Amino acid sequence: MRAIVSVIGKDKPGIIAAVSGALYEHGINIEDISQTIMQEYFTMIMLVDISRCPLELAELSRILEEKGRQWGVSVRIQHEDIFNAMHKI
Amino acid sequence: MLTSKEIIETINMIDNQHLDIRAITLGISLFACIRGNAAETERCVYDTVCRRAEKLVPTAAMLSAEYGIPIVNKRVSVSPISLIGAPNSNYIGIAKALDRAAAACGIDFIGGYTALVHKAMTSYEEEFLNTIPEALSGTEKVCSSVNVASVRAGINMDAVALMGKVIKKSAELTAEKGGIACAKLVVFANAVEDNPFMAGAFNGIGEGDCVVNVGVSGPGVVKKALESCPGADLTEVAEVIKKTAFKITRAGELVAREAAKRLGAQFGIVDLSLAPTPVLGDSVAHILEEIGLESVGACGTTAALALLNDAVKKGGTMASSRVGGLSGAFIPMSEDIGMIEAAAKGALKLEKLEAMTAVCSVGLDMIAIPGDTSCEVISAIIADEAAIGVVNNKTTAVRVIPVPGKGVGEFVEFGGLLGRAPIIAVNPYSPAKFISRGGRIPAPIHSNKN
Repeated sequence: MRAIVSVIGKDKPGIIAAVSGALYEHGINIEDISQTIMQEYFTMIMLVDISRCPLELAELSRILEEKGRQWGVSVRIQHEDIFNAMHKI
Repeated sequence: MLTSKEIIETINMIDNQHLDIRAITLGISLFACIRGNAAETERCVYDTVCRRAEKLVPTAAMLSAEYGIPIVNKRVSVSPISLIGAPNSNYIGIAKALDRAAAACGIDFIGGYTALVHKAMTSYEEEFLNTIPEALSGTEKVCSSVNVASVRAGINMDAVALMGKVIKKSAELTAEKGGIACAKLVVFANAVEDNPFMAGAFNGIGEGDCVVNVGVSGPGVVKKALESCPGADLTEVAEVIKKTAFKITRAGELVAREAAKRLGAQFGIVDLSLAPTPVLGDSVAHILEEIGLESVGACGTTAALALLNDAVKKGGTMASSRVGGLSGAFIPMSEDIGMIEAAAKGALKLEKLEAMTAVCSVGLDMIAIPGDTSCEVISAIIADEAAIGVVNNKTTAVRVIPVPGKGVGEFVEFGGLLGRAPIIAVNPYSPAKFISRGGRIPAPIHSNKN
């Protein structure tokens, strides 16, 4: 199962390392990654494979959101189907 | 492959533009609960609702977390209680059982305290209609709807006359709360069987045992999309709305399918309605103003709303093959901050609202009128709306609240999603003789299609 991780917040050193470290901890593989600065905000999008993650997606979402709060950025993980549904015919 | 732009667009819609799944409504058939014994019927109704709906709230929470999209309301609709309770006329007992079941499952509302009397009322249905005020004032979460007209049958004016009295009595019994029972009571023409929105949801007699119907929303998303093209002509405006409606509907369909799978229910329909809330940035009126009106209610409002409604339907129909319910733009006065402002400053009047209902989904919705409005006037408002529905082949509805003790210009507060509304003026001339005639307004010629 694949999901999209999005990280949005003020740019500062170490965000990518922190996020990818947390994903690694939960057995999540990053398949694609892109980042950009939009209106002074750091925006990183990752396509990840969560099939080896032992946690439910809802639980994972709660953990990443909490970590994001500690790092001062917004981190969310969403099932990729919501994006595919809205943007693909 | 998804682009970053698409992903950010979705996140922005949810975070900043109030995109949400407005309602997941689980339709539950109660026909297996029809018993000769009143207590047995009540027990069966309670058990059936609890068994079917016990996982609704946790499932919605799980889906919301997985897809990252809020699911605002979790609701249940049941088979028309006028039929389920008929053998022993224990309608109030069933209403209370429904209310207890709704509280046990943690859902917001339970709809289906319903009668379908568009052609005629049986004696037990008439008895049922007279229990509505007590049922609504004696419960918290039960919602009621009555279908008084259809294209095929015409308008049952005896039922229309009775409903004026029922609405008035419902308001009086909840006078200390602004007549809130009326906010849970809808009078329909051409009611649909798979509507997920309250207060008019019921599980129609043509529906299955257990079905998931989902209502999406997103007035804020449409408004934001229009803000990005201020100089566009109206053909382009329609195009932008269509594309936005497509995306919103797709999100709804995904959630509906998944919810149905997890709840062991059928996937019924996605209702494409643009449903506002009293929150800023979630208003249908503000979309119309973005299209180019100084205030909703101005000349041009009906045309702009027709454009909006049509574009929403076209985008949504492309997005899902299971479109149903009411599907269009809602214009509930007390639940839309732009409508509230327009009515308060006198820009939006009852007559304009009535015209608007001819081109959008549903009808005169959540409109507060003076508490001293007579039963006959309320019945006549219902008759006018029913005529619009029957002649134009569409669903129309009336959910008006004659607020006890209040007059034009004053406000009534319902709180939460039901919002607040200014009390607006009703034409003072009497339709009493017209209403007292009773009988049935015959079906229009276009009903005879066979």
